Amino acid sequence: MLPSIPKEKLLEMYKKMLLIRYHELTAKELFASGKIPGFVHLYVGEEAVAVGVISALREDDYITSTHRGHGHCIAKGLDVKRMLAEIMGKKTGVCKGKGGSMHIFDFSKGMLGANGIVGGGAPHAVGAALASKLKGLDRIAVAFIGDGAMNQGVVLESLNLAAIWKLPVIFVVEDNMYAMSTRSLMPGKLQPRYSAAKSYVERAIGFGIPAVEVDGMDVLAVYEAAVEAVNRARRGEGPSLLHCKTYRFFGHFEGDPLVYRDKEEEETWKKRDPILLFKDKLVSMNIVSPEELDKIDREAKAEIEEALKFAEESPYPEVEEALTDVFTDNSY
Amino acid sequence: MSTRKITFTEAINEALRQEMERDPSVILMGEDIGVYGGAFGVTKGLIQKFGPDRVIDTPISEAGFIGAAVGAALAGLRPVVELMFVDFFGVAMDQIYNQMAKLRYMSGGQLKVPVTLRAPIGAGISAAAQHSQTLYSIFAHVPGLKVVVPSTPYDAKGLLISSIRDDNPVIFLEHKVLYGLKGEVPEEEYTIPLGKADIKREGDDVTVIGLARTVWHALDAAEQLSKEGISIEVIDPRTIVPFDKETILKSVKKTGRVVIVDEDYDRCGFASWVASIIVDEAFEYLDAPIKRITTPNVPIPFSPPLEQYILPDAKKIINTVKSILG
Repeated sequence: MLPSIPKEKLLEMYKKMLLIRYHELTAKELFASGKIPGFVHLYVGEEAVAVGVISALREDDYITSTHRGHGHCIAKGLDVKRMLAEIMGKKTGVCKGKGGSMHIFDFSKGMLGANGIVGGGAPHAVGAALASKLKGLDRIAVAFIGDGAMNQGVVLESLNLAAIWKLPVIFVVEDNMYAMSTRSLMPGKLQPRYSAAKSYVERAIGFGIPAVEVDGMDVLAVYEAAVEAVNRARRGEGPSLLHCKTYRFFGHFEGDPLVYRDKEEEETWKKRDPILLFKDKLVSMNIVSPEELDKIDREAKAEIEEALKFAEESPYPEVEEALTDVFTDNSY
Repeated sequence: MSTRKITFTEAINEALRQEMERDPSVILMGEDIGVYGGAFGVTKGLIQKFGPDRVIDTPISEAGFIGAAVGAALAGLRPVVELMFVDFFGVAMDQIYNQMAKLRYMSGGQLKVPVTLRAPIGAGISAAAQHSQTLYSIFAHVPGLKVVVPSTPYDAKGLLISSIRDDNPVIFLEHKVLYGLKGEVPEEEYTIPLGKADIKREGDDVTVIGLARTVWHALDAAEQLSKEGISIEVIDPRTIVPFDKETILKSVKKTGRVVIVDEDYDRCGFASWVASIIVDEAFEYLDAPIKRITTPNVPIPFSPPLEQYILPDAKKIINTVKSILG
């Protein structure tokens, strides 16, 4: 697997994971100090899923995302300056401060939106894939959804539509085991399970969609599975589902007391930090020296520091801005 | 333009066909709109002409296919979606009011969502509480949705063409009792701008405002009242969002008396909102209290006499007009 991926690409993936990590740690601090209003859902621990999948896509492919969407945005190439500015509600934000953390969009990057409604974006990916197919294009669409969304009606409807219309869409289930506080597939020490399916692979197959379970902490495993799904979609062979098993290192949102999670479980998962796993693999296979990786680490950190400076120095929007962008003619 | 008499249904069908011929990005989606031709026959013949790629029969998954229409619109298509009855919006409301309506705003104006969502509305055929509602006020209440409610075949065609060409989400509501109504409609394509009211009958004594079927009740009442020497001006706003308040205010300033006839539920509804606009902006011109004839806040009953009892009609308009003329 590794030799077939150019070194340059591997390092780019590594850097994106770090950018996400530093972005999220910065957001965590900003939230704690009251500089980010509203809600923040951090992607720390899940970096391998966004980077693994999106590294298998073309720049013109579409994605839809979730309330925990920062990682998908950065992996899709959004400008971290304008992202951080958006999360802080600034005028220079990618959505002019009108979306915020849960609703980041960048149409120029094929990023059709993070979404504050669980499962809300899944049918949009289906529709974008439908448009691509009807126009005779080979652009594909990826719907990132969480394990919680797998119990949401609109997601199940989306799976069926994608299957009957054989659309170039990939459903990526980021299974971090918890839908806010409730366990999804497996009962835990503190709770029962809230999904009757044994796995989401089984459920997808029930919809006639090929699916695989993937180690969501291993970016190369995710990438490999994504490449196969992408190829199938581009060949016109229809949708796929990737069930990526991962873990969020922090709470559902910043401020979550985490009373529903077992500490031992948290520690076990944190030992499998996707960034450290990738780093070890790259070094142990002699693909890159630890020094080179440290340099990338410093670059990523510096980029986020620069983004933070940009966001902090940016002004808030003029208040009249609240009344624009409802309709294309700016009426409301 | 050469016109001929066709039905409301045929006018909509013609608008769909002509827009699909003009613009390859226009597609239709909905339940039973293909071979069956739509629950009310509106899409008859279109799958034969444009094929199943552009006239897409969907499974019974309103949230899924309305959401897919939103995604397809983001990716450059112009979907026209048929919701079999407006009452079914409930199972898809998130995709309508949180997604379709808000994506442009939340993206800071990056996205365009040119979806037209067509749905039959209205009572009068004993379809009971889950297939008879009007509900335009709910859509109009949510920022980001345009709401169109035509009353004639001519308006239906011109407004639907404008709706399809609009780059914003449009909820296009068709009163099912009007489907068989015939009227003069040009064969050629034409547009009627959204946000332009139409004075359906000029008069001097009382302004009566109606939408969809209630426009016809108002015209019926106006005709009967004219025999008693009472002159009614009937105004059809045609679209609720955007709303042409100028035409209404101008009429109110002339007549000084207003009756608003609204088939939707009374509470927090269209009639109350229009009354509040008139009070805010033309209070000093009023010679009598504004009267509202609406559907009371009960589910639409099944039994014909019960249904008839709660709905606005010409008789209620006549009595109300007389009550404010003293």
